[in-house]
Amino acid sequence: MKREGEVRISSGCAISGIFCRDGRRIDGEAIRRSIAVMHNRSNGLGGGFAGYGIYPQYKDFYALHVLYDSQSAREEAERFLDRRFDIINLSKIPVRQTPKISDAPLIWRYFVTPLPHMLQDSQLDEDEYTSRTTIAINDTIPGAYVVSCGKDMGVFKAVGYPEDVADFYRLEEYEGYAWTAHGRYPTNTPGWWAGSHPFSLLDLSVVHNGEISSYDANRRSVEMHGYSCNLLTDTEVIAYILDYLTRKQGLTMKESSEVIAAPFWTTIASKDEEERKRLSYLRKMFSSFLITGPFSILVGFSGGMMALNDRLKLRSLVAAEKGRTVYFSSEEAAIRCIEPEPDRIWAPRGGEAVIVTLDGRKDGQTI
Amino acid sequence: MDRRYRIRKDDGCISCMRCARECSFGAIEAGEDRTLILHHDKCVDCQRCVSFCPTGAIFITEDGNRFRGNGVFGESDMKEIFLQARTGGVLLSSMGAPGRNVPIYFDRMLLNASQVTNPSIDPLREPMETAVFLGQRPERIERDGSGRLVDNLPPHLELRTPIMFSAMSYGAISLNVHKALAAAAEKLGTYWNTGEGGLHESLYPYKRSTIVQVASGRFGVHATYLNTAAAIEIKIGQGAKPGIGGHLTGKKIIGDVSRTRMVPEGLDAISPAPHHDIYSIEDLAQLVMSIKETTDGRKPVIVKVAAVHNIAPIASGIARSGADIISIDGFRGGTGAAPKRIRDNVGIPIELAIAAVDQRLREERIRDRVSVIASGGIRNSSDVVKAIALGADAVSIGTAALCALGCHICASCHTGRCAWGLATQDPELTKRLDPEEGAARLGNLVKAWTSEIKEIMGGMGINSIEALRGNRRALKGVDLNAKELEILGIGYAGE
Repeated sequence: MKREGEVRISSGCAISGIFCRDGRRIDGEAIRRSIAVMHNRSNGLGGGFAGYGIYPQYKDFYALHVLYDSQSAREEAERFLDRRFDIINLSKIPVRQTPKISDAPLIWRYFVTPLPHMLQDSQLDEDEYTSRTTIAINDTIPGAYVVSCGKDMGVFKAVGYPEDVADFYRLEEYEGYAWTAHGRYPTNTPGWWAGSHPFSLLDLSVVHNGEISSYDANRRSVEMHGYSCNLLTDTEVIAYILDYLTRKQGLTMKESSEVIAAPFWTTIASKDEEERKRLSYLRKMFSSFLITGPFSILVGFSGGMMALNDRLKLRSLVAAEKGRTVYFSSEEAAIRCIEPEPDRIWAPRGGEAVIVTLDGRKDGQTI
Repeated sequence: MDRRYRIRKDDGCISCMRCARECSFGAIEAGEDRTLILHHDKCVDCQRCVSFCPTGAIFITEDGNRFRGNGVFGESDMKEIFLQARTGGVLLSSMGAPGRNVPIYFDRMLLNASQVTNPSIDPLREPMETAVFLGQRPERIERDGSGRLVDNLPPHLELRTPIMFSAMSYGAISLNVHKALAAAAEKLGTYWNTGEGGLHESLYPYKRSTIVQVASGRFGVHATYLNTAAAIEIKIGQGAKPGIGGHLTGKKIIGDVSRTRMVPEGLDAISPAPHHDIYSIEDLAQLVMSIKETTDGRKPVIVKVAAVHNIAPIASGIARSGADIISIDGFRGGTGAAPKRIRDNVGIPIELAIAAVDQRLREERIRDRVSVIASGGIRNSSDVVKAIALGADAVSIGTAALCALGCHICASCHTGRCAWGLATQDPELTKRLDPEEGAARLGNLVKAWTSEIKEIMGGMGINSIEALRGNRRALKGVDLNAKELEILGIGYAGE
């Protein structure tokens, strides 16, 4: 049987997210409890978490979380990294042995910064330099897989139920201002650690519930811009599209949401002239990145989080607020279990992005 | 020697002579005393008499009295040899290449649908978008001083459905056909194409739905013509006759055809094989630029080429020439007249051409810079869906549109005697087509196809046509070899 990355697998899922707009850092226990409520939306073939603000002591360095199938893959990847980065710190990621998580690969973490002369010679900015390097590792070193490479953030994922994945990675020992979680229900294959969510590039991470019908149109378009979709998953494609739109094209997260979950033309026609022109422009300019079919996604990024449904709202997604803390989840129960009395709880409309950012951020992205 | 059909009638005949009046090929004549004189050898099987016989008494059969051939030389080979031995001429033909010796790949690709893991969408209950925008896209967004997005998109064509009408020239077809196409295109929110014979002044009011063509003969091309259009198409070649020009006989260059084409009456209108100002790709870029200057850069420029062996690099060159849209016409594309050997042997099927071009433009990272139109043998809505899933933005239809107007594909366009009044300039015949009724029938056809496209898209869980474009996982092949699957970029059914 082929493993993930060799065939395309559809999956149903649960997602959950917590964001502290005041920048308060909370440990991984709350997100674990939230996603655990939705145990029956997963089937034990994939779970994962992304935490933001978890490495304050290394916040200026790229944190690479890497899975290795073998020591030789690790040695090769480390040689590769060593030629391109100054490795400030490296260690195994501490894990807790649990019978519920088995067949663990080697799991390593590196805090790195590009070697100045290499960066200069590459004529790239350090984000592009780092993303190309990690894509190259995933593409060319068999048995090595970089699961996250952003600053002051990290992805923890495995094959198993998400609550067990949290125990395995000792998430209660990390503190962050934002967390996302994912429980997976793939429709075939034994599951593969790297194939679990979140999927991440630089500081962007995506957890996703759905199966997009535009997959191959989106994949073939984003691959034109230097990405290679090795995992053949929707999530990977969504993450690359968002990275392209925000980092390479310079769209805001809200504008990007208006590309991937573009309003219907009939809706656009009902807007005032300026808005109509703006929305038409985005649809025409980036028509290849319209995503159709069911999805609900949580997108983590430095200092913010976006929740977004497909434009027909074919997947459940609930949002809630309590004070300066915002919650998102596939099911209301997963919010109520960690915040029984939210100030407000609502179901965002299809195609309407809910974007939250840290207080004091001046980029105009608000809830 | 060319006899192919036998005209028969049975006892139902009431000797009304309708068939004789309808037959424009001289196959059925009214004799004295209301008897019919049948010239079987002149029958082309256009089915006009059959359609109009009030009692259903007439029928056309294939002539059983045929050459048997020997398994190498077939009947048509022998007939053609006899004909050429007698006349010393080049064999003429019309419509698209017939037969299935060259595979029709559309028939070997099957479409997908949603089951369980994602929902299909009901087009009767949910919005289902078929609008397409054709034109260039810049590489980057721009913002003004206050951070607002600036609309830096070059001019686009806006189609409410991804189906356009192919180029067919006034001269090859009648003014009534042009009228029907123009009126239908306007009503449908799509475009019709003048072909290379100019635009009759009476059709100027349809300018917003009109694409005007500039071909190697430059017939009827002037500044007003270029500006009386939504877009301008430079025709390099067409699928039925790649690499050669056109020849409209002087007999058809009469009256308004002569004036519209700007060719003296009775003189043959010969389009040269190449554009004599385009011997290379940089010359094409210059012509694109001259046309843009003539129209103040307000109209997209289309470059139409035939699908030939190296179509992928050709398309790449066109994409970099400043053209906004590439139109690719496949092996089965129709024609009013083409040498038979060319029509039946030159070029490649549109399915392979679109797949190769789309893939090449993506590898060169310029697919989003231009739009691609596919044509040449599109017969129905599932062909449209498959062409788009292979990578086309939209398609155009010629033969199917003519069929909506009565054409029965008898492939006698080059004779100028079209009994349905389409490919002829004989006023007695052209009046057989009522342009208003024709427009209504074209409208019905495209409306029906569009409904079917929505149904198919909804079944796949896709609610906007752009999410179908290049979505090759919507297709699986049957009865195809590994190389064919590779070029089409699709998997085998069950894979």
